[in-house]
Amino acid sequence: MILFNALDLGLAAIVLGVAAWTIAARRVFKAVVGYVAYGLLLAIVWVRLYAPDVALTEAAIGGGVTGVLLVSASTRLQRLPAPDAPPGAALKIAAALLSALVAGVLAAAVLYLPDPARSLAPEADAHLAATGLGNAVTAVLIAYRSFDTMLEKVVLVLAVAGVWSVAPDRFWGGAPAPLGRAAPDAALVFLARVLAPIGAVIGVQMFWVGADEPGGAFQGGAILAAMWMIVMMARQTEPPRISSGWLRLGLIAGPAVFLLAGLAGPIMASSFFAFPEGFAKPVILFIEAFMVLSIAITLPLLVLGPPNREAGR
Amino acid sequence: MNALLDLFTVLAVGAGVFFFLAGSVALLRFPDSLSRLHALTKADNLGLGLVVLGLIPRAASPLAALKLIVLWALVQLGSATVAQMIGGALRRREAIE
Repeated sequence: MILFNALDLGLAAIVLGVAAWTIAARRVFKAVVGYVAYGLLLAIVWVRLYAPDVALTEAAIGGGVTGVLLVSASTRLQRLPAPDAPPGAALKIAAALLSALVAGVLAAAVLYLPDPARSLAPEADAHLAATGLGNAVTAVLIAYRSFDTMLEKVVLVLAVAGVWSVAPDRFWGGAPAPLGRAAPDAALVFLARVLAPIGAVIGVQMFWVGADEPGGAFQGGAILAAMWMIVMMARQTEPPRISSGWLRLGLIAGPAVFLLAGLAGPIMASSFFAFPEGFAKPVILFIEAFMVLSIAITLPLLVLGPPNREAGR
Repeated sequence: MNALLDLFTVLAVGAGVFFFLAGSVALLRFPDSLSRLHALTKADNLGLGLVVLGLIPRAASPLAALKLIVLWALVQLGSATVAQMIGGALRRREAIE
């Protein structure tokens, strides 16, 4: 037990150290590398807190997708002309104060939780049988609070619409800039060709076992998204035109199927967003399958950014 | 038999940890990027390989053992690619200078 306590304390110290290093880093790229390492360490923290579902999401989103997003953002920033003057002391202090305020409020919220914290975990476990699922986290996400989850997916679609909307008019309907260099490393091409098929299988498997074990639609979708991004970085495929009907259909498929299943609730079951008794699991997996598709399309589109090429019609 | 398997796990995982430690020390101490890269890939390759080897007898099922091996193979693929790409980037930078 003492050994585990020492390991946990060490882990917490490293997380804090990497966080401080990320803030103190003077170059954007260094800060991004620090942030990715921080995300991966946080994933280990979630594992130690017995939350493997959150750990998977943190590794995929905090380490993976956000990392790619920040790296491509920092390369784009470096291509811009340097600002005339570095940010002044007043701006720096204001930013530090704002960050400290957010961190302070979050810390206070955690520290002033009632002890023992109120928990709905026993309730969630008790009604698990009604959903036919084995993983309580998936049951919470898709069954108990399905309306919230549906709205979260709508938010992701809105985020993509927001990114697209900053495109200049003449590029509307065109494709975003390619992710990698024109002549990618041979090693990267090899990785894309070997890893993408394996990753596709792992992504689908992670969604499928998510019904009963750690995993789920978001984690599986994030892995599929990573595979698509690697293939695009290796220039084995180019970013799609945003006017593509199939792309847009895939983008909204998840929330749309979710909403339709929710609207069918009053007919098939008792109420809005209720699933038919004894048939809940197939409905949940059906919804999740389309959510996997939407997430796998949404995340790369957020990384790709707005279109910057003519539609080429 | 069990004691023997335990001993095997301790020895293999211990050796793996040694390679990770040696790789990390080398990463901090070696003079240039290519040598550091060399040290890092050894830690990934041998270190993780030995840790996985040591954990195989403790896997709950043959499938779980297979998953551990697949995990090692995937890390190999990733680390070999990253090493190639960093090496390539270093060579391009040298060509510029």
